[in-house]
Amino acid sequence: MRIGILAVQGAFIEHRKKLESLGAECVELRKKSDLEHHLDGLVLPGGESTVQGMLLRELDIFQPLKQMIEQGTPVLATCAGLILIAKRLANDPHIYFGTLPVTVRRNAYGRQLGSFHTVQEMKHIGSVPMTFIRAPYIEETGEGVEILAEHEGKIVAVRYGVQFGLAFHPELDKDNRIHELFLNAC
Amino acid sequence: METKRYELNKQLAQMLKGGVIMDVTTPEQAKIAEEAGACAVMALERIPADIRAAGGVSRMSDPKMITGIQEAVSIPVMAKCRIGHFVEAQILEAVEIDYIDESEVLSPADDVYHIDKQKFKVPFVCGAKDLGEALRRINEGASMIRTKGEPGTGDVVQAVRHMRMMNGEIAKVVSMREDELFEEAKNLRVPYELIAYVHQNGRLPVVNFAAGGVATPADAALMMQLGAEGVFVGSGIFKSGDPKKRAAAIVKAVTNYQDSKLLAELSEDLGEAMVGINEQEIQLLMAERGK
Repeated sequence: MRIGILAVQGAFIEHRKKLESLGAECVELRKKSDLEHHLDGLVLPGGESTVQGMLLRELDIFQPLKQMIEQGTPVLATCAGLILIAKRLANDPHIYFGTLPVTVRRNAYGRQLGSFHTVQEMKHIGSVPMTFIRAPYIEETGEGVEILAEHEGKIVAVRYGVQFGLAFHPELDKDNRIHELFLNAC
Repeated sequence: METKRYELNKQLAQMLKGGVIMDVTTPEQAKIAEEAGACAVMALERIPADIRAAGGVSRMSDPKMITGIQEAVSIPVMAKCRIGHFVEAQILEAVEIDYIDESEVLSPADDVYHIDKQKFKVPFVCGAKDLGEALRRINEGASMIRTKGEPGTGDVVQAVRHMRMMNGEIAKVVSMREDELFEEAKNLRVPYELIAYVHQNGRLPVVNFAAGGVATPADAALMMQLGAEGVFVGSGIFKSGDPKKRAAAIVKAVTNYQDSKLLAELSEDLGEAMVGINEQEIQLLMAERGK
């Protein structure tokens, strides 16, 4: 199984280590030629969505990646990644891939002092550690979107077909079950 | 500081990896930086080149100017306080800054003690020329480290020296026998646990960025190839002829730091680079502040 990890900026190495420990082969995606391999799944990691969105376009990988997601390549999108696949942003005029029918609020918990760690129930898995770093949350979900987890009444994880959108960072905690869930969908 | 908070602060630095943090002095510059792809901005009243030119005592920026920049951009905002000036740090925490740089660029407020950063909830980044300095700052509570390249000079030589020194010393600790680590901890004046971490993991326990003297896409890529996990650019951008273009080029160079063909394209037509000052020509070595 070969997974492409968007590596233009952010915490992509953490995802890579986790996926490799689970037996997947990983390819870092930085430019168009990196997309020549066949990929069974995509990871959009945490980082700054404004930087990642700008670099996706400037490095000519925006359209091919959007096409892959639209054609059904499974995707695990965490934090900034969730912002990249959201159809709408509540407090930002930008839209990036727009493949996940949800409305996401950026920096929804405020600045770094609002960052936190918690343990919450996640559907199909059980209780999962969740690390939120200047995180977004999901305000509204469209048709066909399954809510996987909430925290204090806010939606923080969803699944839409083979697209997984998480407001937190499963790559930062020791638990591997979310990455396993994703690999099972690939 | 509770352990969880420290973890969260180290993790914010992990999210900044592969990115460029830019010095800005106004909300307008902050917006230019954000649009050019900065992963965070450092809010400053004067950029290091001007601090160097003006001389005198330089201090924390006006909080009003910092909050103006916080309102202008959605990316993390950092600000500098003087070495040892824990009240400036308290003020920056009160305005909910995302990261404090306890920085040698400003005039030190204490020539012996650094800030006890464990007392704070907000994260700190500190400069380090070598492994001992880095681990001492981490022991005090820093959750991110950067080189102490000479700010405001446009001369990358010191950042290179610090990064090579750090890598060399880390390699040395990795290659040591376990019974030698106790003595090394004493030599570097740091707790054994931190040396043991470096021995086992072959890296610092926090993210390490390059800073000081980075002026071109090639400088930024050089620091990345030497092992930096991201880059601070201070005077290099807004002291150059075409800040917007240079900023975007440096961002792309940090992402694709091993692609020399792309680096060649990025280095074209950037206009005037900042006027550099060679290491030998400067009177004041800021890297010597706070060890």
